[in-house]
Amino acid sequence: MVVFEKPHALIDVPLHYCPGCTHGIVHRLVAEVIDELGIEGQTIGIAPVGCSVMAYNYFNCDMIEAAHGRAPAVATGVKRADPDNNIVFTYQGDGDLASIGTAETVHAAARNENITIIFINNAIYGMTGGQMAPTSLPGQITQTSPYGRDPKLCGYPIKVCEMLSELDGPEYLERVAVNNVKNVRNAKKAIKKAFQNQIDKKGFSLVEVISTCPTNWGLTPKKALEWVDEKMIPYYPLGVYKDRSAAQDEKEEG
Amino acid sequence: MADKVLMKGNEAIAEAAIIAGCRHYFGYPITPQTEVAAYMAKKMPKIGGTFLQAESEIAAISMVYGVSSAGYRVMTSSSSPGISLKQEGISYLAGSDLPALIVNVQRGGPGLGGIQPSQSDYFQATKGGGHGDYHLIVLAPASVQEMAELTIKGFDLADKYRMPTMLLADGTMGQMMEPVSLDEYSDIKTFDKPWATNGTKMNREHNITNSLSLVPEELEQLNIARYERYKIVEENETMYEEYYMDDAEICIAAFGIAARVSLHAVEKARKEGIKVGMIRPITLWPFPSAPFKKAAPHLKHIMSVELSMGQMIEDVKLACECCCPVTLCNRVGGMIPDPLQVLERIKEVNKEVNG
Repeated sequence: MVVFEKPHALIDVPLHYCPGCTHGIVHRLVAEVIDELGIEGQTIGIAPVGCSVMAYNYFNCDMIEAAHGRAPAVATGVKRADPDNNIVFTYQGDGDLASIGTAETVHAAARNENITIIFINNAIYGMTGGQMAPTSLPGQITQTSPYGRDPKLCGYPIKVCEMLSELDGPEYLERVAVNNVKNVRNAKKAIKKAFQNQIDKKGFSLVEVISTCPTNWGLTPKKALEWVDEKMIPYYPLGVYKDRSAAQDEKEEG
Repeated sequence: MADKVLMKGNEAIAEAAIIAGCRHYFGYPITPQTEVAAYMAKKMPKIGGTFLQAESEIAAISMVYGVSSAGYRVMTSSSSPGISLKQEGISYLAGSDLPALIVNVQRGGPGLGGIQPSQSDYFQATKGGGHGDYHLIVLAPASVQEMAELTIKGFDLADKYRMPTMLLADGTMGQMMEPVSLDEYSDIKTFDKPWATNGTKMNREHNITNSLSLVPEELEQLNIARYERYKIVEENETMYEEYYMDDAEICIAAFGIAARVSLHAVEKARKEGIKVGMIRPITLWPFPSAPFKKAAPHLKHIMSVELSMGQMIEDVKLACECCCPVTLCNRVGGMIPDPLQVLERIKEVNKEVNG
């Protein structure tokens, strides 16, 4: 009896991610969801610029590598090309989605573009070697905030789910984490819902995944998981920030 | 004879794109090309197509990248400052070998410049424009009819060679109205796109649309292979027209609106017995070097007439390999040369070369 195997939607190759990085977990969750929903053949994934730039080598579905921050716009094009058949997801980090691609993110949400966004928030630029991200915490030491992020000089972190929840457009916004088994299970549920929403033509669904970057945080993988609980989640509370359909159902029932 | 309708240049582009099978248009408002977007906004929803006003030019060209990746004909249009913003996406299109039609209805620059016609984006269009080694196929219409014809041709060339193609017009071409006939373009070419990322349907390996290649040996080979393809484009797709060149001693080099103005001047000068002709490049890349190279040894002077501070003149000089003097006759900043200004210059040059 097979009790554990690689999802079909994930190609059987070694990932390039650092030891202890949670990208691997999130890749797997996305692939499991694609398998369970039976949508691999119609799914097109959009890789960002950043650590997950080479995600196109890992997912078995058709993949596109986008310019830095432009994944939601590229996804818009792919989705509009064949809205009845194409299932489109982007997989983006915090620099990609919340800094250089802020406009593309906000407007795709405002249009309620029927796409799924997996947003990896690890509070740092990983690929370029640990610079301050739009989501780096106040006081967080990075290569470009060597004395700690000073909000007086470089502003405050962007809370993407909270910000987008103010828009009328988006269908579904949830923040999850992958630092323990319970959180991983919740994360998968959220990711599955974000894809199911697209299949049901409900619209823009974004799952923000609080992730780790042991290498650039300067922590062991275990300490990094603890740092998520101690520092990240208090600043970025987990939970559903918007679920329009659920809210409507409640209203109708009430 | 085919039926003709009176259309603005910008509208002719939009209608021709629809005839060419383009069902996806992404744009952002900017003068003097907004009629393209307005036409698409009206038409696309009625024919099951996409019109989307993007949040920026950068987003618009990225949406173009997405549709093209999925294997469909797609276009965007803008004017000079907006085209600068699109350069990121254009470089990615070139790097991922994706076809698309990009329309630049040029206005004066640099910076915000003005809103009147210009040809000062010649360098940007023909030398790459964005980062990296690449070319666009660049088409330069000189009438509203050509705006339409070259739009259709542009889609075909883009698909045939997997290259982004640019229609390089200007504010005059975009705004002026002329009779257009589009009847003969009902038979539109289609191209197989086995590379498209439109879902594996679980019956093939996954396709990847990508411009990243971290192994230098591989990236070098990709660049070399792309330039081999460019060589084929140069050999097969170069277009130009010659006027009165058989016995010409003086040659005008001009494209687009400058060519229309210059042709008037050439015809007036001919009536006064001056042996002047004109070469009008229709493809700006690939540049029609051959007719200039062939004519140069027999010419006494070449005059490049441009709505820029002298951009195409560099390609003209390269083409004629120092065989004859090349000078510039220009207006800039949204000004258009008057046929009489060009005629005066032809007369001056004629006096210099023939005494």
